[in-house]
Amino acid sequence: MAERMGFFTDSSVCIGCKACEVACKEWNGVPDDGFVFRATSYDNTGQLGADTWRHVAFIEQDDRWLMSSDVCKHCTHAACLDVCPTGALFRTEFDTVVVQADICNGCGYCVPACPYGVIDRRERDGRAWKCTMCYDRQLGGLEPACAKACPTDSIQFGPLDELRARAEARLERLHADGVAEARLYGDSPGDGVGGTGAFFLLLDEPEIYGLPPDPVVTTRDLPEMWWWAGGAAVTLVGAVAACFLGSRR
Amino acid sequence: MRAGRGGDPAATVPEAEFRSYYGQPVLKPPVWHEPHMPVYLYLGGLSGASSVVAAVARFSGHDRLALAARMTAFAGAGLGSGFLIAELGRPERFLNMLRVFKVTSPMSVGSWTLAVHGGLTAAGAASAVTGLLPLAGDAAVMASALTGPVMATYTGVLLADTAVPAWHAARREMPFLFAGSALASAGAAGMLTTPRAEAAPARVAAALGAVMETTAAAIIERRLGLEGEPYLRGRAGLLMKASRALTLGGGLLATVAGRSRTLTAMSGLAITAGALCTRFGMLAAGKASALDPKYTVVPQRDRAAGRRLAVVPDQEGGSDTP
Repeated sequence: MAERMGFFTDSSVCIGCKACEVACKEWNGVPDDGFVFRATSYDNTGQLGADTWRHVAFIEQDDRWLMSSDVCKHCTHAACLDVCPTGALFRTEFDTVVVQADICNGCGYCVPACPYGVIDRRERDGRAWKCTMCYDRQLGGLEPACAKACPTDSIQFGPLDELRARAEARLERLHADGVAEARLYGDSPGDGVGGTGAFFLLLDEPEIYGLPPDPVVTTRDLPEMWWWAGGAAVTLVGAVAACFLGSRR
Repeated sequence: MRAGRGGDPAATVPEAEFRSYYGQPVLKPPVWHEPHMPVYLYLGGLSGASSVVAAVARFSGHDRLALAARMTAFAGAGLGSGFLIAELGRPERFLNMLRVFKVTSPMSVGSWTLAVHGGLTAAGAASAVTGLLPLAGDAAVMASALTGPVMATYTGVLLADTAVPAWHAARREMPFLFAGSALASAGAAGMLTTPRAEAAPARVAAALGAVMETTAAAIIERRLGLEGEPYLRGRAGLLMKASRALTLGGGLLATVAGRSRTLTAMSGLAITAGALCTRFGMLAAGKASALDPKYTVVPQRDRAAGRRLAVVPDQEGGSDTP
């Protein structure tokens, strides 16, 4: 396998231009996501979804504006991939998670499985869609469209180890400059999803950006769930047998 | 205020404080449609439990009930498969479900189980209808008593193995809820399709299943605290309340339903309606749970805070942040 590739999205230099959203749509042929006026902030895209693979969150606070470009996290332990019954979701040689559109039968199970609310079913098409980290561009030795288009290098693409080192240095620098609220999100292999292939530098709590504060891959508890189901199945058989006691013919 | 949450849902609990992105959901709600998914969940459970009833009835000489349960098991699996396929975004690709087998995917386990179970119940029913190969038919019914309990319980894992807080938090009780509901449904179907004189075990199954389902639902509502709130509120709350009334009422009636045809019909129909309400209620609660960021953010914040409290005293420098 090739080196694990990833995104480091440094929200401290994001200017909210949405070039990443546009570049992603153009390169990947992603349909429009509706022309909705949300009346909340400078964000009419709303959230990631089947037709939105990069989403710039825009948060107006009293003394500052926060902007951050959200994307599929390409988890180390990816729930969408775990629960996909067809094998349409697979892990690439770049350690990213991609849906094969010619395999997906639109069962929709990956949608509620994702702890970040990223992947979704495109109803007029019937299949599940999400960011591929521009798998096709990577195969051609190019960086993903969003990273390429980002004018401030808020979105950085590269080998994950390098990105993590770069993010640590950036965090130290920001802390030294007095930006105490700066923090990394998704960089730790010890978190509930084993660390993410796309991680972030945020300037406030993750939930402000619409991100879960402590996500856990649902399949971590799956062995326990199968045991409980086994107990219920045995109970069911016992209960049926009990129903026939005393009425032997 | 975070104290005092959970426990009695009727208590005036202070609303949990949390922050979010303009109140938007963190998660995507389940995309499954009504009536497809809930009706499939009902029919799959009905078929699974009925196949066990069919096998035990056949063993113990309750031939009339065995025949009814055998046909119900086939009808449930057949109709259920139709609903499941119709639910797919690309129904023509339903065979892709059998491309791979993954224990990490309850949907994969369920698809394979349904495929085998459907085949077995079809063979059993075909043998009974045509009178051909009776031994093979009986063998198929016996084998379907092994796939049946999986059919009746895997759906609990199917829902729980998601990020939906109300479902994932109920992962222990969910298989018992579905098993109890399936047993009650199979009992109700047996009562409605078997002469009263020979339906006594079906009535016991209906009552026993109703007790099991109601108990599991009550434990979910009590144990879960904040994450269980969607089962008590809004449309899901109404459906779950209706389910409880219908299931308990039908279960009680089942104990005296041997006395008349009317009582039998009332009991059987009430239990069936209750089982359907449970499935629609579970889906509605899951959607509500995913759509309100409170149910995602607050429990995760609490979990992270608890972990920090547990970690800090052991660490000299308190370097709990990565």
